[in-house]
Amino acid sequence: MTIAANRIVAGEGVPAWAVAAPALVAPGLAAVVLGLLLGLPLHWPRLRLLGAVIGLGGLLWLLMQGAPALLEGAGDYARVSPAIGFWCLLTILMLLMADALAQLAPGPVMRGAMLGGVLATLALILWSGALAPLSVMQEFSSRRAAFADAALRHLALAFGSLATAAVIGFPVGLLCHRNQRLRGSVLPVLSFLQTIPSLAMFGLMIPILGWIALNVPGARAFGIAGIGFTPAFLALVLYSLLPVVANTVAGLAAAPPTAIEAARGMGMTPNQRLLRVELPLGLPIILTGLRIVLVQNIGLAVIAGLIGGGGFGTFVFQGLNQTATDLILLGALPTVALALVSAIVMDILVELTRPDATRTA
Amino acid sequence: MIEIDRITKVYNGVTAVDAVTMTAESGTITVIVGTSGSGKTTLLRMINRLEEPTSGEVRINGESTLATKPHLLRRRIGYAIQGHGLFPHHSVARNIGAVPRLLNWPKEKISARVDELLTLFSMEPDQFRDRFPAELSGGQQQRVGVARALASRPDVLLMDEPFGALDPIIRARAQDDLRRIQRALGSTIVLVTHDMEEAIRLGDMVAVMDGGQLVQHAPPAEIVTKPATGFVADMVGDMERPLRLLSLVPLSEVMEDGDAPGEALPADSSLRDALSACLWTGRTAVPVERDGLPAGRVTLDAIRARAELGA
Ligand SMILES: Nc1ncnc2c1ncn2[C@@H]1O[C@H](COP(=O)(O)OP(=O)(O)O)[C@@H](O)[C@H]1O
Ligand SMILES: [Mg+2]
Repeated sequence: MTIAANRIVAGEGVPAWAVAAPALVAPGLAAVVLGLLLGLPLHWPRLRLLGAVIGLGGLLWLLMQGAPALLEGAGDYARVSPAIGFWCLLTILMLLMADALAQLAPGPVMRGAMLGGVLATLALILWSGALAPLSVMQEFSSRRAAFADAALRHLALAFGSLATAAVIGFPVGLLCHRNQRLRGSVLPVLSFLQTIPSLAMFGLMIPILGWIALNVPGARAFGIAGIGFTPAFLALVLYSLLPVVANTVAGLAAAPPTAIEAARGMGMTPNQRLLRVELPLGLPIILTGLRIVLVQNIGLAVIAGLIGGGGFGTFVFQGLNQTATDLILLGALPTVALALVSAIVMDILVELTRPDATRTA
Repeated sequence: MIEIDRITKVYNGVTAVDAVTMTAESGTITVIVGTSGSGKTTLLRMINRLEEPTSGEVRINGESTLATKPHLLRRRIGYAIQGHGLFPHHSVARNIGAVPRLLNWPKEKISARVDELLTLFSMEPDQFRDRFPAELSGGQQQRVGVARALASRPDVLLMDEPFGALDPIIRARAQDDLRRIQRALGSTIVLVTHDMEEAIRLGDMVAVMDGGQLVQHAPPAEIVTKPATGFVADMVGDMERPLRLLSLVPLSEVMEDGDAPGEALPADSSLRDALSACLWTGRTAVPVERDGLPAGRVTLDAIRARAELGA
């Protein structure tokens, strides 16, 4: 852990065993060591999972005990944050957990339940105030309203652009699927859009939309302006089109050619073929496209903060300007958590839509 | 009745099917046989308009296939695609019921039909109805593919190498099943194969294709005894000609009165079966039974005389 005189200056390190009274620290340290040891046997994934949970519990305990103890008598502006050792251990234990889970391969329902459990625990810990003395949480408590606003903005950016891209992308993908020539010209254009660096893309939106706002009557009334929500949203939609269209095309082409021929041979119309054969067989691939877009957009939406688009990026860039690491974390941590949760939920959905045949085979 | 009238298909300058004319009578099996790439599949697919002919016309019961929209035409014609083409995401029952569902049959009627067909193909309905294609053996998949083509009781049935993936023993049984079902329903079947043995066994008429052209269209006995070209003769295979001929003649034709030792053969099995029984068990004659009662015997000499007659 580090403790600093205020939130700007670099803190000084405090080793884990010295963050609080030895009697308080010992159980936490023991749990971390035990967790790591349990993680060693390769062939017992259940044991490793248990180890990861115990280890994480230990880390949490150290945070809860250490923060108030260090703050005591350290002055009003003093800040406590977890240091490099904490982040390393956290990463190792999370990897351990992910690896054990991959080995256990729980079913989609089980995974949903576990995710729910983890989120509930996390919510409980945050809500209980046990971590309130930590620096990140102090940044939070001084910005409650702004945080809620940023969260809403971030979700609107990520999910809104996903929905828009899907609404545009599905029909385009369908047309590309049916028309070889169209596919040949649409996909390269979308690939090109995808290669524009994200900062450049957001930057480009400014003059383009700015020009529209100035020259097209009524555009301003719709909220079109060089900076703000609209250009950020538009950039995200453009980035999303390629994965949506490409995966729609790939998904619709995933049905075995003989099954398509059989469908034709028995007298299905093109639309019946689409609904009864191509779409159900391609759904997992199409949803995988949406998963890519969602995770990508949750991350990219951070950059929207740069052009006044709102979202968690606002904190990240404010933090960068003020060299306040904790403010950066306040933007980054929820973004990472959001992306992780979305990825897991989408994976579960993909698995649930997979045809039974391929699931059992 | 299917009338194919000077039908031609050209793919970018390559003639896949070249002015083929032939007629398949109602209630018969016509087998189209030829080497790979000879245009069999293309010819078959022009009957239900999966391919549009470059020129020529097909009439079913006197009516041009061009008079009906292709998808409506196809719903009336059963089609078993080469390599089964089952829908991997649908259960066996849904696969078989696909065409009846397109035709808006009521649910109970469809499930009754599915069970009937599974039983017909010796697959226990309770055991197989809810399985997925990936959970079936190759032979079972093909049988479900054929059952699906039969589901709506079409008068006309097109089959593209339906028994291709089967091993010889199951294949013979599947062929017998098909023959039995066709006789019972009186359907008109056009079946494609590259196996002359299968063509002779199954066909009321055999159509031999070579390089897109129809080189001979005749009953199987005539194909064996009077091959029209060297190509047909090659397909039949000179060595096996007498045996193939014997497989076309039922025991009842050369049966004589009298008795013989050993296990009896039914009167409608072929001389080839009798010959193989004689050779295998070292007998010079086999008893023949009809409906389980002794009917006479067939001697090795009579079989030899019949084989020489054909040569
Ligand atoms: N869609 C197609 N496009 C171009 N050529 C084709 C097509 N389908 C078949 N052919 C050609 O037509 C010929 C006959 O093919 P096919 O009817 O499939 O033969 P078979 O079923 O007897 O093996 C082959 O030379 C094949 O390459
Ligand atoms: Mg073929």
